[in-house]
Amino acid sequence: MSTPFYVSPQQAMADRAEYARKGIARGRSLVVLQYADGIVFVGENPSRALHKFSEIYDRIGFAAAGKYNEYENLRIGGVRYADLRGYTYDRDDVTARGLANVYAQTLGTIFSSAAEKPYEVELVVAEVGETPDGDQIYRLPHDGSIVDEHGSVAVGGNAEQISSYLDARHEDGMSLAEALKLAVQSLSREPNGGEREIPAERLEVAVLDRTRPQQRKFKRIVGPQLSRLLEAGGAETAAEAEDAEEE
Amino acid sequence: MDFLSEHQPEMLPGKRQLPPVQGVIEAPHGTTIVAVTFPGGVVLAGDRRATMGNVIAQRDIEKVFPADEYSAVGIAGTAGLAVEMVKLFQLELEHFEKVEGAQLSLEGKANRLSTMIRSNLGMAMQGLAVVPLFAGYDVDRGRGRIFSYDVTGGRSEEHGYAATGSGSLFARGAMKKLYAKDLTEDQATTLVIQALYDAADDDSATGGPDVARRIYPIVTVITESGFRRLTDEESSEIARVILERRLEQPDGPRAALY
Repeated sequence: MSTPFYVSPQQAMADRAEYARKGIARGRSLVVLQYADGIVFVGENPSRALHKFSEIYDRIGFAAAGKYNEYENLRIGGVRYADLRGYTYDRDDVTARGLANVYAQTLGTIFSSAAEKPYEVELVVAEVGETPDGDQIYRLPHDGSIVDEHGSVAVGGNAEQISSYLDARHEDGMSLAEALKLAVQSLSREPNGGEREIPAERLEVAVLDRTRPQQRKFKRIVGPQLSRLLEAGGAETAAEAEDAEEE
Repeated sequence: MDFLSEHQPEMLPGKRQLPPVQGVIEAPHGTTIVAVTFPGGVVLAGDRRATMGNVIAQRDIEKVFPADEYSAVGIAGTAGLAVEMVKLFQLELEHFEKVEGAQLSLEGKANRLSTMIRSNLGMAMQGLAVVPLFAGYDVDRGRGRIFSYDVTGGRSEEHGYAATGSGSLFARGAMKKLYAKDLTEDQATTLVIQALYDAADDDSATGGPDVARRIYPIVTVITESGFRRLTDEESSEIARVILERRLEQPDGPRAALY
């Protein structure tokens, strides 16, 4: 019988973290931004069928970067958790905080259990409030920690660069078209400093819109509506540029 | 709901152990529900009375619920069980939609409701039956459809109009004489309130429009643009016009003899 080599816990955890980070970095990044009427999710996704964003409950949305089968598993778990809570108690008793805690527990357990490989995913759980002050955005990295975010957040491969770009430019009370434009700009930056064009059909966009009359605030933005918004964002900044010139 | 039945089966109706009982359990019962299709959609409406034996248990009960964006359920029978069944049904449709990323077909929804009614058969044998009426807009076929049920979960599609509950015989008679294939949405909403009026006229367990307390039938319309419940003002206005006419003609509009 062979004796296993001694590996220090620090080393073991560092290896696992690196494994997970590399897995996440392979996928495209996605961003989640607050805007005046809610929260917008923007990501590059060539697939029409496999979504990166999804509705969890009335006011709660979910975004994930990394391995599809792993985050899909977590997403369905989240929908079950939320639906069961809402059925047992009341629809108001389902909160993003509760859900983020469940995800953190799950990810944390998987990350530190020696029997399983760590999940190569990074999640964002967002809840839209009655007012912008009530909005909540939580980022959940692969190791089960929770980061409470405000304004904007990016996850995935090039996340650090994108978040610093967003932090510098994101403002409270942006319109949807403005927020969308900023998101697309941030996503089209290459790690080496260059830029590339992301066509509208490769974008996946969804919103949690607090002005929606229905109880369920999550909505995907596709097709003509998306092109209109992208154009509106472009037109607004063009108009702003002209104003600046006149001044 | 497979997940629920595995993890918390006691949450599901139909899985509960019934204590042995003698005689009939007294519980509030909902009464009359009517539905009418029109080109482009379907109208589902219900009166507001719940009875317990010969007592009026509740005057303003709501018995018509949206099941999802394109369908609605009206309940007749034991109110407590029926409301729980609807809640679970709503949950299940929403859950399916979120997990699968697509809505169930209208047939699929109707079949699911059928299974839920069947699971209540034990209760129904003890006098606690739930007999809903299911109506929805079939997005694939582009028209409104109605499904009726019996206590054993038997499902049948109704063409044109349908009614369930204690006053359903009278309501169906009224609708039979008033229904036409080319109703407009406004005519369809008037028709269901006429039918409910006739049901209340002849059935003691069905409540008519209550002018003094301002309690009017709940009327819902489902079309291509989704589920909509008429506001209290809208349904009270229709009821008011009908009441005025009935002051002159207590039996309501007359159909031609030939």
